[in-house]
Amino acid sequence: MSENNPVTKRDNRDDAALLPPVDVIEDASGITLYADLAGVPKDKLHLHVEGDALTIEGEIDLETPEGMQDSHIEVGLARYRRVFTLSKELDASKVGAEFTQGVLKLSIPKAEHAQPRKVQVKVL
Amino acid sequence: MMYRSLFPRDVLAELDRLQRETQQGFHLSPSIRGIARGGFPAMNVGGTAGSVEVYAFAPGIDPATLDVQIEKGVLTVAGERKLDPPGEKATVHIDERFAGRFRRVVTLPDDIDVNAVEAKYRDGVLRISIARKQDALPRRITIQ
Repeated sequence: MSENNPVTKRDNRDDAALLPPVDVIEDASGITLYADLAGVPKDKLHLHVEGDALTIEGEIDLETPEGMQDSHIEVGLARYRRVFTLSKELDASKVGAEFTQGVLKLSIPKAEHAQPRKVQVKVL
Repeated sequence: MMYRSLFPRDVLAELDRLQRETQQGFHLSPSIRGIARGGFPAMNVGGTAGSVEVYAFAPGIDPATLDVQIEKGVLTVAGERKLDPPGEKATVHIDERFAGRFRRVVTLPDDIDVNAVEAKYRDGVLRISIARKQDALPRRITIQ
């Protein structure tokens, strides 16, 4: 950004999103990520990998009757978003995703060359 | 129950919770059961002229194991959330999701009809609609 450009403030209201809770588990074959995205239907879940950034985004779609007035709110935004940085040994092109009952399960395998190899120690 | 943030690493939400908890030390909650925020499942409650709507954000639960009861105007949602245990040689890097038994209680308004309750589980959200009693609906009175 050059100095001549005035810094434009972005409207954050559209950007505001909830951070979904996740579990990340790693084993020899890769990483498994679980994310709680309650209220997100399958067609409003967006996953994308750009460079080494994995973005999980989802929009909450609840059936609300007309004219409903909220009296107690704990989930106050209708969007989830969380971004993870993948490391090099993960194969971002082979990410597997399952989404059931608001729980997303991502399997990110390790690239072939990064699979653990046992190093033989030679005793001389 | 161990405190577990619903939306972890959200600094503003954590500050908000801290402020609320501090305030609770000074002010008594208007409801006898208090408002236990931050518990699982998160709940939104709303109402229309004809019904009371409760949304419980409880993803990944077999709906058959959910226990929903209304007794004396108090709604209880209870159950257990079981997560797949990690493999033996696996490393857990992040562990934020709720696991275990839960129970949340909501006081309902007086004018509800306990015989007209509907509960649906979709996309990980349990929606409970409770109709209001017909005679409690606002009625326009014509002046003669």
